[in-house]
Amino acid sequence: MKILVGYKRVVDYNVRIQVKSDGTGVVTDGVKLSANPFDDIALEEALRLREKGVAEEVIVVGIGPADLTAHLRNGLAMGANRAIHVLTADATQPLTAARVFLKLIEKEQPGLVILGKQAIDDDANQTGQMLAALWDRPQATFASKVEIAGDKATVTREVDAGLEVIEAALPAVITTDLRLNEPRFIKLPDIMKAKSKPIETIEFGSLDVEAHDHLKTTHYAAPAKRSKGVMVKDAAELVAALKQKGLL
Amino acid sequence: MSKILVIAEHLDGKLNSSTARAVSAAIAVKGEVIDVLVLADSVDAIATEAAKINGVSRVLTVARSENAHALAAVLAPQIAKTAAGYSHVFVPSTTFGKDVAPRVAALLGVAQVSDVMSVEGTHTFRRPIYAGNAIITVEADAAHTVVATIRSASWGAAATGTGSAPIEALTVDVALPTHTRFVELKQGSSDRPDLQSASKVVSGGRGVGSKENFDIIFKFADRIGAAVGASRAAVDAGYVPSDLQVGQTGKIIAPELYVAIGISGAIQHLTGIKDAGTIVAINKDGEAPIFEVADFGLVGDLFKLIPELEAQLR
Repeated sequence: MKILVGYKRVVDYNVRIQVKSDGTGVVTDGVKLSANPFDDIALEEALRLREKGVAEEVIVVGIGPADLTAHLRNGLAMGANRAIHVLTADATQPLTAARVFLKLIEKEQPGLVILGKQAIDDDANQTGQMLAALWDRPQATFASKVEIAGDKATVTREVDAGLEVIEAALPAVITTDLRLNEPRFIKLPDIMKAKSKPIETIEFGSLDVEAHDHLKTTHYAAPAKRSKGVMVKDAAELVAALKQKGLL
Repeated sequence: MSKILVIAEHLDGKLNSSTARAVSAAIAVKGEVIDVLVLADSVDAIATEAAKINGVSRVLTVARSENAHALAAVLAPQIAKTAAGYSHVFVPSTTFGKDVAPRVAALLGVAQVSDVMSVEGTHTFRRPIYAGNAIITVEADAAHTVVATIRSASWGAAATGTGSAPIEALTVDVALPTHTRFVELKQGSSDRPDLQSASKVVSGGRGVGSKENFDIIFKFADRIGAAVGASRAAVDAGYVPSDLQVGQTGKIIAPELYVAIGISGAIQHLTGIKDAGTIVAINKDGEAPIFEVADFGLVGDLFKLIPELEAQLR
């Protein structure tokens, strides 16, 4: 079985996001970029399934500009067998990303597609679900445990009410939640090894995917700021203040 | 003219309050028609509750045994089919809505607006990105149905009581997949409030020092009836499991009271608590960034201060 893994590059989670003063976007020049944390978890899960013998091949997929190659090399260094780079200079909205994945699925015929539940830049939380709909296959979102037996995946999902277990026939789409696993660190020899692993580049235009964006972002604003409060001198003063606000 | 279909969220025969919050967003769009769609195996009790929400035009029900559990793959084709003729489909932005709404959008071939915080016009909305560190204004294409999830923390529940919307049973003629099967739902059995929805949360950070020391956080939380959270540093250090993590890659919460103990206030943590009502910070380092966002700050040793706080509460 092949596993396709979405591997998006985003502004690192430790970066303090600054909105440009003219409201046209957020500052990304010179800002540290990293793998979307949920995608690292997706890749880790795919690698573990390969190590268990459930899958033979793990393919990381990135959609983005030419310099995305370095990011895909990280995915290869972590352990993916090969990478597919869908080349486009434009930002990709979730529905378009799902349509791209569907094209790659037709070509690669994976048994499983694992994506992060959301990317920490646009926080859309859509691509996996949209892909499952277009593919007409099961979706198991927000996964905190995945077990594959035969042609079925049993997935524990983190839902508001607790933990939901569902059974999905393969092929299927799984999206990862934080608790699924702890991604491994990349070791130096693996970085060297990754240099010889293949990255296939596919021009976005050659995939025949409708790229019409239904959503237009017209303005970016900084969130309402919290103002600095007061310092209290001791426990008694704190409790009194909270009681006065009706919080204790 | 806006015709809005609101998808009801429910569990164990009861309507979730997230539904009435989504109705509030539909009212903000000034929808001429606001219909609530209930998909369940047994719809009556849920539909009766939904009909009481002020502003609802009709409650539509689809009673099928396949709808006993909220499986996105099963619900989405029914919602997509029912959506014909509506200008908007609103779904609560809970794990239920986040799961099903994009599947509906893709079936309709449209984009989705996630986590609507405010309505600026029939097709213009504000929503958070970068875990709320930026707020964007997005315009949806007026030529297509708008599928949106409604961020519960941003909307009060529409009032209930005076409403008495008619309830109509629908037959939705659509094939349902059998490739996905519900197995079980394990509901949280802890006596503590749920971190995501609790009105009070006490969190501990690296400053707590060890897994054993974290008991002091749990005890204090129990003392004031709060849920327990933790910073990423505390989770990474192995003090508590990652389901307690509050922050950008953990849970984003908006309790009325948030008490951060031994948490320095890394940016990734602060983004998870920005919508909290009142933030209290207790830290031995008076320069810690957490004090920049705290409504009340107390500098000192947590192992001395927490027992003092407990004594004050006795």
